[in-house]
Amino acid sequence: MKKVSAVIIWMVILALALVACQPQATPEPTEAVVATEAPAEPFRVAVVMPSKINDLAFSQSMYDALNTVKNEMGAGQFEFVYSDNMFVVDDAAAAIRDYATQGYDLVIAHGSQYGSSLVEIAPEFPQTSFAWGTTVDTFTDQGITNVFAYEARSEQGGYVNGVVAAMLSKTGTIGVVGPIETGDAKLYVDGFRAGVAATKPEATVNVNWIGSFSDVALASEAAQTHINAGADALTGTAQMVVGAVGVAKEKGVFWFGTQSNQTSLAPEIVVASQVYKFEVVLRQLIELVKGGTLGGQAFQIDLANKGEVIEFNPDYALPDDVAKAAQDTISGIADGSIKITLP
Amino acid sequence: MIEDLFSSAVLIGILASGIRLATPYLYATIGETFGQLSGVLNLGVDGMMLMGAYAGFYITFQTGNPVLGLLMAILVGGLMGLAMAFISVTLKAEQGISGIGVYLFGLGMSDLLFQKTLGTVETVSGFPALHLPILGSIPILGDIFFKHNIMVYGAYLLVPLAWFILNKTTWGLKLKAVGQNPAAADALGVNVSMVRYITVTIGGVLSGIAGASLSIALLNVFQQNLTAGMGFIAVALVYFGGWSPGGVLLGSLLFSTVNALQLWVQVKGIPIPSDFATMMPYVLTILALIFAVRKVNQPAALSKVFDRSEG
Repeated sequence: MKKVSAVIIWMVILALALVACQPQATPEPTEAVVATEAPAEPFRVAVVMPSKINDLAFSQSMYDALNTVKNEMGAGQFEFVYSDNMFVVDDAAAAIRDYATQGYDLVIAHGSQYGSSLVEIAPEFPQTSFAWGTTVDTFTDQGITNVFAYEARSEQGGYVNGVVAAMLSKTGTIGVVGPIETGDAKLYVDGFRAGVAATKPEATVNVNWIGSFSDVALASEAAQTHINAGADALTGTAQMVVGAVGVAKEKGVFWFGTQSNQTSLAPEIVVASQVYKFEVVLRQLIELVKGGTLGGQAFQIDLANKGEVIEFNPDYALPDDVAKAAQDTISGIADGSIKITLP
Repeated sequence: MIEDLFSSAVLIGILASGIRLATPYLYATIGETFGQLSGVLNLGVDGMMLMGAYAGFYITFQTGNPVLGLLMAILVGGLMGLAMAFISVTLKAEQGISGIGVYLFGLGMSDLLFQKTLGTVETVSGFPALHLPILGSIPILGDIFFKHNIMVYGAYLLVPLAWFILNKTTWGLKLKAVGQNPAAADALGVNVSMVRYITVTIGGVLSGIAGASLSIALLNVFQQNLTAGMGFIAVALVYFGGWSPGGVLLGSLLFSTVNALQLWVQVKGIPIPSDFATMMPYVLTILALIFAVRKVNQPAALSKVFDRSEG
């Protein structure tokens, strides 16, 4: 009996280890650095993010941005490591502390849920710069000077998507599949609503908050429900929307994406995606940290600074008047002539 | 507002959604019912579903043939079931804990394989919705019942089949004897270990199919942790259903229909906070568990290890 329980305990430990190991730091495969004439230390960034780097949503947008910066600066000048799938805030806090201990130049906590962990950790590492998003809070009021904040003005892209959706919709009913009514998701949905209302006031926007960032099946059924309720254009935010995109594809209704370009999921029906370009913020952060400023400033990505871009699906032939309206809206928001009033 | 919910289009929508949403639960709960009736509590259902979902998806993605995908899901689910049977029957492990181990293994392994082989979210063309001839054109009923994909029909056909096996065959009676009193069954010459191996493997196969019903029939995508805990709800629904195929059918349908209802409540703009709406199916399931479940049917030897030398 004893032997048997020992076997079981080992199996459970093994299984636990398998799961526990999976979100651990995965160093980017960098080519072996050949000692040449560039002795300059590379700029080292560590990032902790809640979901997977290939979620086609929030975490992927940061991962893609880091790769862009790496390509710009060259592998010898820029290195980054990441821990993804950090839904558990406690684990994320441990990872953030680890990275700070290891002396990274910049440690990014890519998730609004990580804020309270940073308040604890940042003061212990005054030589390390931290960045937290998406938020506007840099904790300077708490005497912390080494935290940057960044946010995505996702209502702007939401508004543009709303304008296009309203023009394309024939039934005048548009459906939204959201995770939980808060933060970035709420901002995007509110912007989307405002965009529809400004273009076609008589249109109905039905919103469904499914209460989960991961329940793909429920997201799919929510999309089905919208279509049954007459929607012929859908949008949604967070990583569980892949289920909704699948339904949109099957039923042939328009889809509008956000956070990452979702065209690859359903090239037939994705019209446009709001894409986050966090490299806009990253470039500024890197310059500041190199110059000795470690925190205290808040940044945002928006349509004006090209940190948010609306990527249209090249395979979908957008009618000319709609394409023009979309461009006008983008430039209007960017130059401030269109003001978005959120509810 | 609230009266909007009672139009025929909405009611048809709710019922059709409920039937679709119940599909993965039905496969998983029927499989779990077999295991539990023979005395094995398998908490690894969710992990087995994930492995089945991944296997089915990957093969369909590679070959474009969902039938091959389904076969692979059956194979992988069956292997997971065999592993669970080996741990709980041959090694006589504590079932609750080893089930969690199997779950964590499935969760981690399906994600690892997904990252290594696909790397990003992809879509496939899985089993299409079939509009059954004649039946599908019946007004209202056709829309509710007869416009689903083949895996949905399979789930509902499984219910009478399981009922028949459990109640009308000698093997079904042996199985229940093993779950009630394994020592007595053993004394009468029933091979307790063999029965449990078979039931837990059936559970694995059906969990694998449950996963595939998501990844290659209902959703046609695979993502890390696609099931999001459905396997655990399935275990609860087995208790809810009082260990009978009809009972778990009722439980799965109730849970899913209320879930479909809450989607419509939000779509129709009925002013209930979304948090309450999403809570509805869970609250209702708990209430039903408290008030409606007859404990009399619980297999007496559930989650108890059988050891001939101690009998």
